[in-house]
Order: sequence, then structure tokens, then C-alpha cells
Amino acid sequence: MTIDTTRRISTTKLDEILQSYDYKKSNLIAILQKVQEEYRYLPEEALIYIGTKIEGLSPATVFGVATFYAQFSLEPKGKFEIKVCDGTACHVRGSMPVLNAIRNKLNIKEGQLTSENGLFSLETVSCLGACGLAPVVVINGKVYPQMTSDAISIVLDTLLKEEE
Amino acid sequence: METKSLSIDIKEEQQKAQEKIREQGLRVLVCAGTGCVANGALGVIERFKELGADVSVLTDYDKMTIVPTGCHGFCEQGVLVSIPDKHVTYVKVRYKDVEEIYETHIRGGQPVERLLYTDPQTKEHIFKDEDINFYAKQNRTALKNCGNINAESIDEAIAVRGYEALYNVLTENNPEGVIETIEKSGLRGRGGGGFPTGRKWRFTAANRGGKSYVVCNGDEGDPGAFMDRSIMEGDPHKLLEGMAIAAFAIGADEGYIYVRAEYPLAIERLKKAIKDAEERHFLGENIMGSGFSFTIHIKEGAGAFVCGEETALIASIEGERGMPRPKPPFPANKGLFGRPTLINNVETLANVPVIMLNGADWFAQMGTETSKGTKTFALTGEVNNTGLIEVPMGTTLRQIIFDIGGGIRGGKKFKAVQIGGPSGGCLTEEHLDLPMDYDSLIKAGAMVGSGGLVVMAEDTCMVEVARFFMNFTKNESCGKCVPCREGTKNMLKILEKIVAGKGELSDLDLLEELAHTVKEGSLCGLGKTAPNPVLSTLKYFRDEYIAHIVDKKCPAGVCTAMKKIVINEEKCKGCTKCARTCPVGAIEGTVKQPHHIDQEKCIKCEACLKSCPFKAIELQ
Repeated sequence: MTIDTTRRISTTKLDEILQSYDYKKSNLIAILQKVQEEYRYLPEEALIYIGTKIEGLSPATVFGVATFYAQFSLEPKGKFEIKVCDGTACHVRGSMPVLNAIRNKLNIKEGQLTSENGLFSLETVSCLGACGLAPVVVINGKVYPQMTSDAISIVLDTLLKEEE
Repeated sequence: METKSLSIDIKEEQQKAQEKIREQGLRVLVCAGTGCVANGALGVIERFKELGADVSVLTDYDKMTIVPTGCHGFCEQGVLVSIPDKHVTYVKVRYKDVEEIYETHIRGGQPVERLLYTDPQTKEHIFKDEDINFYAKQNRTALKNCGNINAESIDEAIAVRGYEALYNVLTENNPEGVIETIEKSGLRGRGGGGFPTGRKWRFTAANRGGKSYVVCNGDEGDPGAFMDRSIMEGDPHKLLEGMAIAAFAIGADEGYIYVRAEYPLAIERLKKAIKDAEERHFLGENIMGSGFSFTIHIKEGAGAFVCGEETALIASIEGERGMPRPKPPFPANKGLFGRPTLINNVETLANVPVIMLNGADWFAQMGTETSKGTKTFALTGEVNNTGLIEVPMGTTLRQIIFDIGGGIRGGKKFKAVQIGGPSGGCLTEEHLDLPMDYDSLIKAGAMVGSGGLVVMAEDTCMVEVARFFMNFTKNESCGKCVPCREGTKNMLKILEKIVAGKGELSDLDLLEELAHTVKEGSLCGLGKTAPNPVLSTLKYFRDEYIAHIVDKKCPAGVCTAMKKIVINEEKCKGCTKCARTCPVGAIEGTVKQPHHIDQEKCIKCEACLKSCPFKAIELQ
């Protein structure tokens, strides 16, 4: 499976989202979150469109906001979004070996977001607030507690098997 | 000012809510906080529901109700199941254990001993959670209801006196009196700064008259802190009530809760709580018929640590890049959308209803001379009992780590505790008897911060920890102030150089010089405190820096660049297992001949070390 990056944005869909937030400048972050939910990333055309539709904004300002916050991604994320928590508690209890195990297994290099087949994207996050269960990994919102290199490998195998 | 009579009688509401709880029959509380859900709480709840469908078998009760609660705090031992009427709390409960609890205890009347908490010292089984050391030494005030009520039910909140303080405040109709009570209680901001809450309210109230806002800072960004998450998930109505009281005191009619996007469950629970409270007229237009109106909106963050800084948070609510603004003007005069704004953190606001109910004196008798009340701490890292705790201000580090936390994991030796996240510092053995309050910690070069306590043992490398925090602040620096943006980047470069074994002694002087420049040349708290982890590790663990630089050794054995993995040729039988395990193909050799590791290729993952059946691979 590969992600279709050429997928055209739908202005009807964007208008629908903008409408639900009253085309208000102060709702920009919420609007971008909805758009990302729809496309799994923020397509450039969408940013430009939003920048011209909301009063008081320009495409440059929208781009500025989109690149400021860690949650937003300008390139497509994978079908499975893997977030490895690297908060203090997770770091002390060994989140880095878990991250390296995932990188090796899925062949995602440092600095690379999404695997070649578009199936997995890999990021570290600062803290998920599940410090009591450190180290944790979150895949598509599901929290996997007390991870080790071996445990995460089993989790990934299960996901890969489901995909086949 | 005259008192007002309201359209609701809160005592009547309480009785009705308590009656509803009695009608639930036997209450089985299952912790459904983020931690326990990750351990399978939802499956436990489902299983209980399946079994409880046939209630005719319950001898003393005609009904059993499964109550999903917020975080109980003892995350290490999740999933926690407690049955208050049977005076028991079960720990580490899994799906497969539910049937035994149901059959043996609920129906049979015999406790399931194997699922009780076992005291690690005495090896005794403990029934009630209040007898477990972890809870026994605590004083839960802000967290009182977390884990004891169904966070999604407004009735359960009302039954434990939810909205009673707001009712009293609106009846007495004396905003000035509310501010006086908060001032007298000595409550200080729980988000980090420790600014007196009452004084902040007074400053904002001075601008009464026009439009003003109450903002709740729920952008709990400090890695290693999760008390605000637990309150929002476990007792959302307490927070809403605290905000409404604050709004009444300062004359605001609109409020925002800014929650980090990483806390989806908190957002969901708050949304439901707001809707329920509006339906019952505890929020919204004309609250309880008093004429006072207050509506609350939720704003979801998008992942930026700096947004915990109040002016950056305001910018973010307005839909902009979350960059701090110079102060003055302070938010109390010119904040959200240019209007007077009161910003308080979640835990601070959650203390407000409790203070209003029990009085300022009650609150002020807890804690120390200058730090009143209780404080929550997120206890994590290399400690036996990780979880969320709440203790009176001034409790010592020793009591927290050894009495409540049960000491260091795996019998290792205590080394340090990092307090207050990336803005804080580390405390060492010499600080174990230091009272944990705002002022003592500042004197020791650390800060309470949001209350994250990450315990580190002898095998934690302090230089690596400093690098870790600097990497965090470098990533989170918003880029507005050059000293912070460039300074953190260069400090990180130096620290990376040291952990890579390429450091020089002059780097330490440069680090210190940069640290002071960043501290002095930055606008907001992020930059002002970013160098703290470096300065405090340099102060207390300079010898570790020197070991990395001069001896090219990491005393804790953490820094991979200084690790060398070699094969002992005498022990190696040439079984080829390691060569097959190595993910990067760094091991060469022929069958039945000693193998060899190519140090250039080796990534020091230690996979071979674990795979060798002859223990021939050694870490140097």
C-alpha cells in the first residue's frame, strides 16, 4: 500500500470545516486539526485555501501556525501512527532502545517520518502523561505500557499480520 | 451585600444524588484512567458487566454497579479494582481475574488474597488502600475524589458535595469575600511559579466592569508530570466549579480551558462535564437562578511546550503561533483578546472549591509557613511505587521516595531526583531531608514546578540527563529570543560532544557562560529556566562530566559512544548465533572459530550480548 500524495484536496470539504468554525481566525488551530484528521497531514493547497478564506489571515500566517505546533505535519503520516514517548520517566526507563528497535524493524531512518510503504509513521513525543507505565508507545491512540524491544516487536508483528 | 436565594436547593440535590448512588447496590470501582486503560481496564469492566448481569445471586445486594473512575494514582499496580462496601482494593487485576473476584468474593464472601497488595517489606497482604503505605502517608485534597467517583456522572460529583461551594458563594453574593478567603488560605499557583493565587485574583478583579476571562491552563507540558491530566479525567466537575467561583470573584462571564492535544480522554470528559453542568444550571446562563452567567469553552492545544507560559497560551487560544509576549502588560490588565484575564493552573483551581467549603484556616494549617496546603507530585522513574501522590507542602523527599514510593527499584542505590521537569533541577542525597516547599527548593537551586519527580538511580548518567533536557528545550524554544534559540542549540551541541566522548575541559566553562547568557537574555520562563538542568548537574555531578571528558568513561555505563562490546576469544565457540542476531552485520567469523566485532559497524544495541549462550560477549 502506498499513500496517494497527489490526492486532490476537496474545497467542499474544507468549506464544510471552515463553516463549522465560523471562518474565525481564533479557531485556526482547531480548523487545522480537523483538516489533518481528514487528510492525515496538511496539504499545501489546503493551507493556501484556508489562508485566503479567513479574514485577517494570509497563507503565510497559516503556514506559520502549521509549522509552529508539533502536532501538525506537512507530509503524509502512515496508516499506523507510532508515537514513542520520550518524556523524562520513559527516557530513564529505556525508551531509546525501544525506538531503535522500531526503526530497525520497520526500516525507518532517523529524520524519516513515514516508512517507504506508507504504512507506519514514527515520531517521538515529549510526554503522554502515562509516566507510571514507562516506557510507553502509542499506536493510533492505543497506549502500550511498559515496552521493551522484544515486546514492541511482537506488537508490530501483529499489526503487520493484520495488514496482510 | 444581601444574600440571594437561588432556584436550586443544593442540599436537596445532594440527597437525591446520594439516593441514586445507594440505588446502585454494590459499587465496584474500576480505575479507568489513562494508565489503567493501557493495562486493560476496559476489558475488566466488560467482564464484570457480563458476570454481574445475573444479580439474583448477590446475597446482600439486589444489584451490582460497575463504576469506571478516574485515576486512582497507584498506576504501577493497575488495573485497580476497589469495592468500598467490602473494604477491599485489588491490584494488577486482569480480564482473567475478574471471574475469581466475582465468584469468590462478591458471591462467596471470601477475599481473593492473591490479588491483594503485598507489602514488599512485611510480605503481608493488605486489604484496604488506606493501609497501603503508598496511600497511608498521603493527604489527598485536590485529588480526593479522583478514583472514588464516576468522572462521567454529575450526580456522583454532586453526591460528594460538588457545586456546594459555588452554591454558597452565589448565595452569599460577596465576590470580595471570596477573594479574601483565597488570600487568607495562602494558596499559591500550582503550575510552577508559585505566585499567590489570591493576589492574582485581586489584580484581575480591579479591572471589573467590562468583559473579562478566566483561563485554565491545562497545558501540562512538563515531561514526567500528569496531575492535571488526572484531575481533568478523574474529577472534571471540581475544576469547572473552581473556574466558576473564580469567574464570580473577578467578574468574568466566559472561560477557556486549554488542554494539551496529548490528553484526548481529558478533553472528552471535560466536554461531557460542561454539557451536564449546563443542563443542571451549574454553568451557563443565570447559574442556579442567581443572575450570574459563566460559559466555558475547551481549546485543544497542538503540541507546544511553550504554550504553558501564560502569554503564549493566550496567543495560542487566539489562533496564533504560541509565542510569549512581553510583560507588562500582565494578563490581569490586558490578556485574552486584549481583555483582563485570570489564568490559573488546573490543580490551583481544583483547590478552590475545597478551600471555600472548609475555610481558609483549614487549608492554611496544612503545609509550611510560606507554602500552604497540599501539593500533588507525579512520582516516576526508578522508584518502586510509581504514581500520583498528594502530600502536605513541606513533606521531605525521603518520606516521598522511601515511605510512599517504597524505595528504589531493584535494590539499586539512590542517586538523584529531577524535580520540576526541564525548568527544574536535580536534588541529591544531601537534600533527602529538605522540606518540599516553594522556598526551600528555590534555595537548593531547584523548583517545585508542576511537581514532576523523576527518581534516578546509580545507573542513570547525569550528563546524559542534562543532554536529554537540553534537547527538549532546544526543540521547544519558540525562537523569539536569540539567546534562548541559539543558546540552547549550542549548549546541546556541547553536551552531545561530551556524551560522545569528544569533550574538552574548556567546554565546561563555555557551558556555564552560555547558561548564564540564556538565563538573562530570555523573555519567558522557558528560556529563563532552560539552563537549570545543566547548572544543577554541573554543581552536583561535576565529577561525572570530568569522567566523560578526561577519562572518556561514562561511570553509569549509559553513554553508548564510550561503550565497547567485544567477544572473549577464549569463551567463544563459534556457534554463529551472535552473527545471525546482529541487526547491522557487524559480527564476522567462520563456524567453530572465535568471532569478531567490527567496532566501526557496531551500534551497541547489545542484542548479541543477550543472544550468546556461552556468555562470551562482554561489555567494556
